[in-house]
Amino acid sequence: MSDLPHIFASRPSRGRFLERATFWVFRLATYLVLACGLFVFGDIVVKGSGTVFQREFPFVNTTFLTHSPESLYVFEYKGQKHEMGDTEFRAFREKEEADAKVAGQPAPKIKTESYVYSAGGIWPCIVGTVLLVVGSMTIALFLGVSSAIYLSEYARDGRFVRFIRLAILNLAGVPSIVFGLFGLAMFVLALKWNVSLIAGWFTLAFMVLPVVITASEEALKSVPKGFRDGSLALGATKWQTIRSNVLPYALPGILTSSILGIARVAGETAPIMFTAAYVVRDKLPWEVDKLGDFFFQGVMALPYHIYVVSSKIPQNEYTERVQYGTAFVFLLIVGLIAATSIVLRNKLRGSYKW
Amino acid sequence: MVTVTPSPSLTSTAAPMETPAAPTKFSVTVPPASAAKSGVATTLINIENFDFYYGAKQALFDINLKLDDKRVTAFIGPSGCGKSTLLRCLNRMNDLIDGTSIKRGSISIRDVDIYGRDVDAIELRKRVGMVFQKSNPFPKSIYENITYGLRIQGVKTKSRLDEVVEKSLRGAALWDEVKDRLHESGLGLSGGQQQRLCIARTIAVEPEVILMDEPCSALDPIATSKVEELIHELKKQFTIIIVTHSMQQAARCSDKTAFFYMGKLIEYDDTRNIFMNPANPQTEAYVSGRFG
Repeated sequence: MSDLPHIFASRPSRGRFLERATFWVFRLATYLVLACGLFVFGDIVVKGSGTVFQREFPFVNTTFLTHSPESLYVFEYKGQKHEMGDTEFRAFREKEEADAKVAGQPAPKIKTESYVYSAGGIWPCIVGTVLLVVGSMTIALFLGVSSAIYLSEYARDGRFVRFIRLAILNLAGVPSIVFGLFGLAMFVLALKWNVSLIAGWFTLAFMVLPVVITASEEALKSVPKGFRDGSLALGATKWQTIRSNVLPYALPGILTSSILGIARVAGETAPIMFTAAYVVRDKLPWEVDKLGDFFFQGVMALPYHIYVVSSKIPQNEYTERVQYGTAFVFLLIVGLIAATSIVLRNKLRGSYKW
Repeated sequence: MVTVTPSPSLTSTAAPMETPAAPTKFSVTVPPASAAKSGVATTLINIENFDFYYGAKQALFDINLKLDDKRVTAFIGPSGCGKSTLLRCLNRMNDLIDGTSIKRGSISIRDVDIYGRDVDAIELRKRVGMVFQKSNPFPKSIYENITYGLRIQGVKTKSRLDEVVEKSLRGAALWDEVKDRLHESGLGLSGGQQQRLCIARTIAVEPEVILMDEPCSALDPIATSKVEELIHELKKQFTIIIVTHSMQQAARCSDKTAFFYMGKLIEYDDTRNIFMNPANPQTEAYVSGRFG
């Protein structure tokens, strides 16, 4: 006691030790999470940007972004090593053969090694993913917001509503592969939609529905009761009240939740592998004979493409480029869609403040 | 709860009612209310043997009350006495609360039973407006706040809407303060202005009755006196029923006062009599501040 300089000086104790120890545990846990996240993103960005960007003008690998996947041909010809995509290689070979013919020599034999999907680009996958996200989020928001309005504004609290809520919560815990199988059984087989965009939309929509419903309900509940009362007291019907005096103020919150939904919808592989995704498809989604066919065609999608190129084909240095490049583009696209909805949300939030 | 000194300070030589004196904290001044009114009041709202329940709990017991047309009636009483409940029954806002029920009795406005089978609560609320305790302007512009009621009725003509906005804001004594910023948010106004905006919004749909549920409980004395002045103006056109915790307010601005206690109507009379010469000892105890 006497060796302390003054009465408020720090004394070692069990409590103080625990305080410091727990603080460090929490801090290190946070840093660990951060480090993992940075490692994953860093790895993808560093390795992926090698595929997506290039040193020469226009600095972006336009082939990768705007072409379909092709086989890569690697060969030695006249002492020089070549790497060529399918189309380029065919043209090259034809030219060489023609040259040989003119010169009166036998057609040259080119010995090649080929690697599937390692050349060309991922344009159909980008298109497919964007279509899947937009379509399924539209369905999920419509169904989700409608049922959230019903649950929080119209339904009287009772056993039935509690049962619905429980069912929704359980739905949120269902693994995505189960949604995939459900989609296969329900949309692909029972409704005979086959492997199609629309089957994928509904499967993905059902997967994010619990998130959208729960969050929309929260957003609706956070709108002060006074706005509803004030509107009803002026002789508005319930729907008029909700449409013009509740929903607009709840929209920012609903959008916040749908941003989480977007990332999930864009990234899930399991629900689309039986319902919407093709390993490879030559035609782009808008190359259809009639408008109705648009909905009933399968598409390529980024997450499924990553799955295919990293587990369904022989692995080598050439496939790695495609894997990382696709993952990088995928992150960019999810980020871009999410950023758009954040901007939209903030704009809405700015216009309705109370 | 408002403190009110016993009867000795009650004076009948009150300040004229158009200029409510700065609210003196410890006295109740009673204007010669009904005397100032010309003509005999007719009954507009007739409440008969009215029993009201929240679930199994009875909130109102056998209420019998006749409310006068184009007069101000105040409902007073301690918290939980049922005055707000009765007020909300008058435009069926209680319909929106789960589990409420009317076991007996009726409320009629102009001899129409408002709980009758063919009565549309939406139509009723167009004619019986309401101003709430917590001012609740919508997070929209002042102009949109006022025109909200008309727009949902389908009025779209700009000139008509403009006209109603000016008329309503003048009616709510707010025009001069906001005429240059009609398109700014209603939430940018002060508390008292917000409450008057809510009143303007209510009178924009031209109801017959305006229900006011403690409209001044969140306002400072100056804003309160403005709203009270407004009530005096409004009663020329509207029937006003006001729930209040402030006995000075009931005394200053109402013609008749109903005192409720434990879900029962204890006494209903001219405001003057309630405050000066209450018939019931419970009323006397309450208005003189001995309980509640």
